[in-house]
Amino acid sequence: MEEGKRAIITVLGQDRVGIIYGISGVLANNNVNILDISQTILQEFFTMVMVVDVAGSLVEFAQLKEQLDSKGKELGLQVNLQHEDIFKFMHRI
Amino acid sequence: MPFNISNEEILETWRMVEVEKLDIRTITMGINILDCRDADADKTGRNIYDKICRCARDLVKVGQDIEKDFGIPIINKRISVTPVAMLVDGFSAAQIIKVGQYLDQAAREVGVNFLGGFSALVHKGYTRGGRELIQAIPETLASTEHVCSSVNVGTTKAGINMDAVCDMGKIIKATAHLTAEKDGLGCAKLVVFCNAVDDNPFMAGAFHGPGEPELVLNIGISGPGVVGNVVKNNPDCDLGELANRIKNTAFKITRSGELVGRVASNRLGVPFGIVDLSLAPTPAVGDSVAEILEAMGLERVGTHGSTAALALLNDAVKKGGAMASSYVGGLSGAFIPVSEDAGMIAAAAAGALSIDKLEAMTCVCSVGLDMIAVPGDTPAETLSAIIADEAAIGMINRKTTAVRIIPAPGKKEGDYVEFGGLLGRAPVMPVNKNSSALFIHRQGRIPAPIQALNN
Repeated sequence: MEEGKRAIITVLGQDRVGIIYGISGVLANNNVNILDISQTILQEFFTMVMVVDVAGSLVEFAQLKEQLDSKGKELGLQVNLQHEDIFKFMHRI
Repeated sequence: MPFNISNEEILETWRMVEVEKLDIRTITMGINILDCRDADADKTGRNIYDKICRCARDLVKVGQDIEKDFGIPIINKRISVTPVAMLVDGFSAAQIIKVGQYLDQAAREVGVNFLGGFSALVHKGYTRGGRELIQAIPETLASTEHVCSSVNVGTTKAGINMDAVCDMGKIIKATAHLTAEKDGLGCAKLVVFCNAVDDNPFMAGAFHGPGEPELVLNIGISGPGVVGNVVKNNPDCDLGELANRIKNTAFKITRSGELVGRVASNRLGVPFGIVDLSLAPTPAVGDSVAEILEAMGLERVGTHGSTAALALLNDAVKKGGAMASSYVGGLSGAFIPVSEDAGMIAAAAAGALSIDKLEAMTCVCSVGLDMIAVPGDTPAETLSAIIADEAAIGMINRKTTAVRIIPAPGKKEGDYVEFGGLLGRAPVMPVNKNSSALFIHRQGRIPAPIQALNN
């Protein structure tokens, strides 16, 4: 099977200044393009979902994941990076 | 193609993993080892070791990569091999123990936590290899860490080999005795089956059956927590509607298993076998099949109604899962191990859950009497009789049943055995004190039932 090249970043936590700046900084440094971005406040929790293209990423997926994770810790947020296929498989036939 | 998954759906997946502990329980690589046979037992063992190390070299690494890529934990990476009894004819029990130790070394080398297949299929009778292997089980399980063993003593087509049932009571006692300092831990790695399946990815009963290809990848999913939350969040809907909602969730859980299977198969270059649609609990709070049944409205699992609730759950999981995977197989049903499920442990400790009720519940789910601790002085014949009862349920109902029972050395009713990790802890449950010895000592073979005559 062909594996997708896009990934989903989910950010959850308390709203604060500089979330998009912080996350997109990590992505820009690694040449990862943002395709879509949306954010909402769900039950007082800030949630942001980003669709990104990892095809041109300068680092391995696992490294990118670690960098986002540590940026998240710095900002007091939970940041997750997952391949798009998991969502497609679960929610679409 | 545009990405058209809604944020709600993305967050649902996030919640399943982070909050409800969805995970892939196991990726199990099946390896044919029939070509490893040599005239010399030690050389046979070395051949097996070499082949496992060669074939499964990348298994753990690929599993870890997939976990990172998709953000779904894969708890176990495991190996199953051809039932060892099939290639040890002519070797003595002492020699077969050595072969078991090579299996253990191979498991350690490639980094898997369990390796299944120290097994014998003896449902119609013993081969020389089968007989010797069974005699080698206690010492092998005591002297190895990762090796799991299983013995198939009956099938719907063949009936039940009561000679083997009689022997297995003694073998279980001997295994408990040899691992007495660890509460009889060896018995947690030994399963006695009726209608064992060839492609089961779950331990301790996994083996690479005779009809399987050279190499294969089988996936075991999990997710009691996810299903449990569905039930908890729907306290008022009737049981038909509840079954429907469980089906929807089972579908999504199974899709994650299907994805992991396809990707792992691709990356390892090994054919994808099956997804096993089982709800496999762990001792962690919230990862319990018992809690699902209690959330349906039972005060404690084990009370009247438990069998019906479990039947509904088991069927809904299968119906949802069957639509989600291209190949469904293995055991595919809810597991009800006592020591590995916090809700089962609590119910047994409170006296709400008896072995008799568990036996009834095994009629409607996979697999059988699983991880049950009984007093250390339970006679071998009583263990054999418990096995015979379960095997009869499997034989008549054309389903897999199994017994994984621990006669805990030196322990009596009300004491606890502690295994730790995924194997958990269990209260010692009472058994019926009336003897079954004369029945068991008749031995012979229970004929195949009329259900077998379907040609």
